[in-house]
Amino acid sequence: MKTNDVILQTVAKVVVFLILTFSVFLFFAGHNNPGGGFIGGLMTAAALVLLALAFDLQTIRKVVPVDFRKVMAIGLMIALLTGIGSLVLDVPFLSHTFGHFDLPLLGDTELATATLFDLGVYLAVVGVTMTIILSIGEDH
Amino acid sequence: MNNLLIMPLLIPLVTAVLLVFFYKQIRLQKWISGFSVLANVSVAGYMVHVVRQDGIQTLNMGGWAAPYGIVFVADMFASLLVLTTTVVSAACLYYAFGSIGKEREKFYFYPFFQFLNVGVIGSFLTGDIFNLFVCFEVMLISSYALIVLGGTKKQLRESLKYILINIISSALFVASVAYLYAVVGTLNMAHLSVRVAEAGQGGVLTTISVLFLIVFGLKAGLFLYFWLPGSYKVPPAAVTAVFGGLLTKVGLYAIIRTFTLIFYHDPYITHTLIGWLAAATMLLGVIGAIAYWDIHRILIYNIVAAVGFIAFGLAAANQAALEGAIYYLVHDMVVKALLFLLGGVIIAYTGTAKIREMGGLMRSRPVLGWMFFIAAMALVGVPPLSGFIGKLLIVEGGLAAGYYWITGIGLLTSLLILYSMMRIFMNVFWGVPKSPLSEPKKGTGWLVLPASCLVILTIVLGLGAEWIYPYVNQAGETLLNPDQYIQAVLKE
Amino acid sequence: MEILMAFAIGILFMVGTYLILSRSLLRIILGTSLLTHAVHLLLLTMSRLKTGAAPLLGEKAGTYVDPLPQALILTSIVISFGVTSFFFVLAYRAYQELGTDDMEQLRGRDDE
Repeated sequence: MKTNDVILQTVAKVVVFLILTFSVFLFFAGHNNPGGGFIGGLMTAAALVLLALAFDLQTIRKVVPVDFRKVMAIGLMIALLTGIGSLVLDVPFLSHTFGHFDLPLLGDTELATATLFDLGVYLAVVGVTMTIILSIGEDH
Repeated sequence: MNNLLIMPLLIPLVTAVLLVFFYKQIRLQKWISGFSVLANVSVAGYMVHVVRQDGIQTLNMGGWAAPYGIVFVADMFASLLVLTTTVVSAACLYYAFGSIGKEREKFYFYPFFQFLNVGVIGSFLTGDIFNLFVCFEVMLISSYALIVLGGTKKQLRESLKYILINIISSALFVASVAYLYAVVGTLNMAHLSVRVAEAGQGGVLTTISVLFLIVFGLKAGLFLYFWLPGSYKVPPAAVTAVFGGLLTKVGLYAIIRTFTLIFYHDPYITHTLIGWLAAATMLLGVIGAIAYWDIHRILIYNIVAAVGFIAFGLAAANQAALEGAIYYLVHDMVVKALLFLLGGVIIAYTGTAKIREMGGLMRSRPVLGWMFFIAAMALVGVPPLSGFIGKLLIVEGGLAAGYYWITGIGLLTSLLILYSMMRIFMNVFWGVPKSPLSEPKKGTGWLVLPASCLVILTIVLGLGAEWIYPYVNQAGETLLNPDQYIQAVLKE
Repeated sequence: MEILMAFAIGILFMVGTYLILSRSLLRIILGTSLLTHAVHLLLLTMSRLKTGAAPLLGEKAGTYVDPLPQALILTSIVISFGVTSFFFVLAYRAYQELGTDDMEQLRGRDDE
């Protein structure tokens, strides 16, 4: 039977971008408030899953042509590299630091290495979640 | 602070992630992982040396001070086990190069193998009981993947049960952590030890300790081993060797650590319980070992019997018994992995696992035969091989602690293990071949090479006892005096 | 409140155990996830329910709740999410290969 999901598809096209924006907001809010790489990553994965529900897996593959296993590995690597950085500087493993910088447009901004670690977590979560969901959903 | 402590964990982790990037180039994967395990052996060796020189090393993750942050602690016990783990897993990996097959290699065998190492080594080094749970899970999730890799019907069926039992025991683990946190308000092991000593180990804490005993007993196969024979039988030899050599030993390590560092105040209840569980495990394990005619089953039930023997060393809890338990633990990791590797080679040559259908292998494969003989003798504890010293110390400690009955059971078990091993040896190697040898795959002969390294190691562990004993002695002393551990971690 | 939570946890444990003891694989998996939920609630309750503001510096409160159990629960949820999904995929594969999800028929024989 051919189902008609024109409403779902139309809504999804708009809502996916809202969710993605919100996930970026959550990712950056995580530094001082509830949020962070983990939740942001889950939210991004949720957006992609919504796409998968509204359209199908082939569409997802075409729209987001990345290998999510690689995304997971890249995320883990980034998180690990921030840890390895502390080995090079001879401070305890996973130590993090921050500083205030005067950036153009943004003005005085606090930049922290913990955000890099969080970026790794974000990518790893997106990668793992999508790998799991795609491998469950692939089979018919 | 000593960043060396993170290295044995970081090396396999980085390797695993790298391997995911190169998942199509199997040859490159072999080179990277083969190099990384060797690097890890040398790092672990250096760590043992540092601990010997400078005492217990600690590392506060991210610079957060001890009871609040996550801490890694390397005392002699943990570092010896880490060193043994790296050696055993290196031998198994080189064995896997020749035997694991393209199908499994394509489905991330090598990354999962490295992740398993991360979990095992992390469990040994962590100084925080919740982090122990996390490392356990890393280890278990990789083991789920390794056990099912290949996807035969048998593997699917047995891995379902394996996963189910481990999910339940993990849930119980978190529940025990919750109770413990509610009572003493900390999860750092050194801090736990202090708080439990202050509060006095009353009924509530003893009950919690028994909950932990159940959780770790499920993982180690201490009495609660019913899941073990089925699930360890299905994966290929290289994987079973890692499982038999390392996984149950992590559970044992956790039991020894918690009951020497945290819950050592009420030995009348807890240690007596462990002693009788150990006796039951030894007996049931060895009955299984003499009941079956399948080489895999016999070896698997021997794992169970050894778990009982080591736990008995903990139950006696004096200097000699603990040193014996440590020595025997190291010996057992090496020799069990070795036996499974050799069993894999035997099966590759004969094409069957049933020892009744084998025979006469000595004539065509004498080297394999003698290696198996040495391994069997080491397992039984014939001097001067590695099992002897550990057994002697445990028996000595058991008698000193007044556990005459259980010591008797332990000695009887050794005798029956001898019987079970000799039965394999005589059926497989003596006599005349009962069926024509199946044509082995090309390169099967090379598989004895990694195994021979472990054979040399068991001989060295036996003959070189005089040089190794000081290390074991230091490890045993730390276990007996929790204050050393606490001082090193909390630095008051 | 703690009493209520104790009942909730007990009921979850009970239902989880019942489901795990049933024969269908799907029910067993649902049972394990209920069991882990119960354990997480237990962890939450064991660290005392609300004793202050959320553990965020922005709240500027006098007392905060203990953030540690929440971190533990998050970790544990992530782990159980991974394990459960793996278990699901495996159960599905096993169903395709073996043609049954009845644990009685998945028993297997000793001598093979």
